[in-house]
Amino acid sequence: MRYDVKLRIAYKYASPSDHSRLVLRLLPNDIPATQTVLSRLLTMDPMPDERRERVDFFGNNLTSVVWHQPVDALSIDLSARFERKPDPKFLDFSPPVTALAADIAALRGLAPIAPQHFTAASRRAGPHPEMTAFARGVITPGMTTLQAVEAIGRALYAEMRFDATATEVSTPAAEAFAKRHGVCQDFTHIMISCLRGVGIPAGYVSGFLRTDPPPGEPRLEGADAMHAWVRAWVGVELGWVEYDPTNAQFAGADYVTVAHGRDYDDVAPVRGALRGSGGQESSQAVDVIPIMA
Amino acid sequence: MEKTAGGPMDLPYLEGYAPQSGVSDELFDARGNMRPAWQGFIDGFTGLTRPQVAARFERGNQYLRDAGVYFRQYSNEPLMEREWPLSHVPVILHDDEWNDICAALAQRADLLEAVMADLYGPGKLVADGHLPVDLVASNPAWMRSMVGVEPAGGHYLHFLAFEIGRSPDGSWFVLGDRTQAPSGAGFALENRMATTRMFRESFSGQQIHRLAGFFGDFLNALDTLANRHEGAPRRSAILTPGPANDAYFEHTYIARYLGLLLLEGEDLIVENGQAMVRTIEGPEPLGALWRRIDAQFADPLEFDPDSHIGTPGLMEAVATGNLALANAFGSGVLETRALMAFLPKINRLLNGEALAMPNIATWWCGSPSEREYVRANAEKLVIGPALSVDLPFEWGANTIVGGDLRDMARGSLDDLLATEGATLVGQEAVNLSTTPAWVGSAEEGQLRPCPMTVRVFAARTANGWSFLKGGYARIGPEGDATGLAMQRGGWVGDVWIRSDGPVPQPSLTPTDDEPYRRIRSGTLPSRAADNLFWLGRYLERCEDLIRLVRAYHLRLATTDGTDDPLLKTIRDYLAPFGVDPSDPMPAPLLDRLSAAQTCASKVRDRFSNDGWLALKDLDKTMRAMRETALPGDDAARAMSVLLRKLTGFAGLVHENMYRFAGWRFLSLGRAIERADGLVAMLATFTDSNAAAGCFDIAVEVADSVMTHQRRYRINTNRDTVVDLLALDADNPRAVLFQVNEMKRLVEGLPGVMPSGRPGPLLRAILPLRTRLAVADPISITPEVFAELRGELANISEIISASYLR
Repeated sequence: MRYDVKLRIAYKYASPSDHSRLVLRLLPNDIPATQTVLSRLLTMDPMPDERRERVDFFGNNLTSVVWHQPVDALSIDLSARFERKPDPKFLDFSPPVTALAADIAALRGLAPIAPQHFTAASRRAGPHPEMTAFARGVITPGMTTLQAVEAIGRALYAEMRFDATATEVSTPAAEAFAKRHGVCQDFTHIMISCLRGVGIPAGYVSGFLRTDPPPGEPRLEGADAMHAWVRAWVGVELGWVEYDPTNAQFAGADYVTVAHGRDYDDVAPVRGALRGSGGQESSQAVDVIPIMA
Repeated sequence: MEKTAGGPMDLPYLEGYAPQSGVSDELFDARGNMRPAWQGFIDGFTGLTRPQVAARFERGNQYLRDAGVYFRQYSNEPLMEREWPLSHVPVILHDDEWNDICAALAQRADLLEAVMADLYGPGKLVADGHLPVDLVASNPAWMRSMVGVEPAGGHYLHFLAFEIGRSPDGSWFVLGDRTQAPSGAGFALENRMATTRMFRESFSGQQIHRLAGFFGDFLNALDTLANRHEGAPRRSAILTPGPANDAYFEHTYIARYLGLLLLEGEDLIVENGQAMVRTIEGPEPLGALWRRIDAQFADPLEFDPDSHIGTPGLMEAVATGNLALANAFGSGVLETRALMAFLPKINRLLNGEALAMPNIATWWCGSPSEREYVRANAEKLVIGPALSVDLPFEWGANTIVGGDLRDMARGSLDDLLATEGATLVGQEAVNLSTTPAWVGSAEEGQLRPCPMTVRVFAARTANGWSFLKGGYARIGPEGDATGLAMQRGGWVGDVWIRSDGPVPQPSLTPTDDEPYRRIRSGTLPSRAADNLFWLGRYLERCEDLIRLVRAYHLRLATTDGTDDPLLKTIRDYLAPFGVDPSDPMPAPLLDRLSAAQTCASKVRDRFSNDGWLALKDLDKTMRAMRETALPGDDAARAMSVLLRKLTGFAGLVHENMYRFAGWRFLSLGRAIERADGLVAMLATFTDSNAAAGCFDIAVEVADSVMTHQRRYRINTNRDTVVDLLALDADNPRAVLFQVNEMKRLVEGLPGVMPSGRPGPLLRAILPLRTRLAVADPISITPEVFAELRGELANISEIISASYLR
């Protein structure tokens, strides 16, 4: 399936100041066997005085931009065309949850995909005692790791209420979990915390979801803005799988990826520091349109 | 130890000095003989009478108080400071022994650099199984942003500290490595200043090594690092987390001592990959930073996004190779406690030899055999978080000390080790050596053996590691030589390295045979200028209010009731400032002074200690008066005391402060605030509807009663008051005088005459000056007062926009 993705993020600043600097993680990459980026263009208005591209530890493209003069309004546009390959069918060769630790321990090295990066608490995601307890309650003896991932995802979907207005970017996962509501970012952080709590390495994926569902299927939550879901490591055999707790499904051909990391802070699409004070307003619009090959 | 008649333990102050069995003592060797390095000092010290001892100690304390050395603890009270806990008696080591220590630690420094280069480079130590992957991948101090980034200048580590202790067998061992932003070197300098004043005769033989050589070496290394590329010279500076940090005093002290700029995150911008310091003359490129801020707070775009003390983009300056850091971001990972369990083997692996100085025995409970050892020997160990970067004796709440096991079910430790083993380390519960410290009052105290550790400092130079020939000792309470004692606090002490013959006498002051080099003061960071400007404004505002409150209480003492129209005018005038003058010490006064102190605290490196102490004294006086002052005469007298103290501060600034750019901003702040205060007061107190007596109030508040009598020889009227307080060029309490002052101050600022023509600032000041110079009192209508205030606000705004942002 091919998709044309258009994203616009716009900001208005109440009291602009000089030397605004932003770090963007918006340019997608090819992912072997999953997605090919056929074209991508990231533009800003006004045009920044400096623009530099780097690749971060996890392999995400990082665009750092600076405006030397004060900027009171800013728009960021991404337009990209993806080829998303369907996920191959696979058998569940993942070890029982109780045996996963041995799989992890057998691996050495600090490569970005090593599960060890995703076991401990990161800034925005646990383990956290209450979420760990919740996850333990979901797992039954003998479950494979893959089954456990799906079971925890489904349980969260059943337990949590999607509410686009209830939380903010800065809301801690524990708070969203205590109130049992949130947006995709909260669902994702909570599921990551649950998985890590029971010893399953888990991280954060940012990306897009097709705007209109295939004929006859319901429109998915999270299609109006950038989306987030979970990546979990389910053993040496299967490696990483992706699950979307906001929609209770594995992230399949309807999903394209922009960045991945341990939690939101590793992949934040726009990280910005503006000198001076005053509030800011932002808006985001996304279109993910399938095109005929 | 056996006591023999006439032995050292019969000397004054050493009676009953009995080191515990099973620990080493710095003063006496295992056979009870005094170590030779101490002989000279002890001979002198034990020859002092008690009053002499008291006088010596007081001399040291006085120095520390005068120098403003204090210790700040993180607490809920923002600026809580306590007296510097100096142990007056130094720790003395022979330089043969010291040289061995330094040689061993140089090996360790090289090892740490090699481990660092691997952790942020090829990662072979982990890949080959010499370090557990969890210790790195789960470690918050391991900074992924640094992986693959070559440090500018080729090295990650440039300034290190090692906490060392002496074992019962007399050998030394490392308790911890300080690699992130080691503190203490500045405190070592301060301690030395104090001991030099107390024991001057000990230094006269020139057998105690000086500290200056080391700092000279480090400064040169930093300058070389900053200027490793061809081109215009680039600065090096110290980057501090700011006044809220417990080591901030040290940062200000060492910045002054080394002549380095002291910068906070907001002083820097990164432009085109180059870190620059914002100065009143525009951005200037930086080549190297001595980083005293923890990496995670240094760049909110790269690390902790919630940090407000960092510089956005600093990591980019590092990644592009334009900025060298001492030490590199991510060096905190080397402080990880569990690393101690692996360093000895890694050294053998990388260098083919054993560590010349062992570190504290450490077992990582993530591996089965070590876990079993810790389980079986828990009574002799301290068990704590594996990834902690605290020193072994800085235990947190989740530390289990051997003795605690009595209160803990045996099984729960086993459970903990079995389930959380990878997050735990066991460390040997070490015994430290003891050193003589004065315990008790000067009248009755004695030298007692107290446990100690020494912090050793190393700097990378072109000729290898250079070590401070001295150190920073921490001394624990008497009676317990285990590391446990250090947990309960104690003192800090100077460390003397004594040679058998004369030692070199290096100094940071250039010698005759070196080319003359003026210390690099120059550039004033915009933030420092901003703080000085507002310090001036707040102090003047404070003075203004005090004078008005005094005028109120003087009237109150001579009138019957508070409904007197004059009192009401003053009350109404002060109301918008939040000041109720019927309160003998209105809280807003304290607020203004606190604001002034906050500004001063942010520029302590550019601010004399006398000035700082004067502000603190003022604050103390105000707070004391708030408890006691009564309305009327008493409050008026209290205000007079405060005014005298404020004048004392102004005098310090006027008489003693070097006329560098910072002084100009401080004085500009005062001038603008005073001019504005005068205009505001005149507008109210010369109003045609003002109550009788208001002219006198204006003249009195402006401290011009005598002048008015001499100049006009008539009673006050509107014209004389306006003439004297607005239009007089010779009255320091007149608006015109202050505008002239502004012009004079501004003319010394950079860029004030671009292309030889007056810039915006002068274009705002000159017309105002002319207007006041040619005006007569009648033309200064109430509307004019409003215009004047607007013009003064405009001048302030132009100063801010041109220099302070």
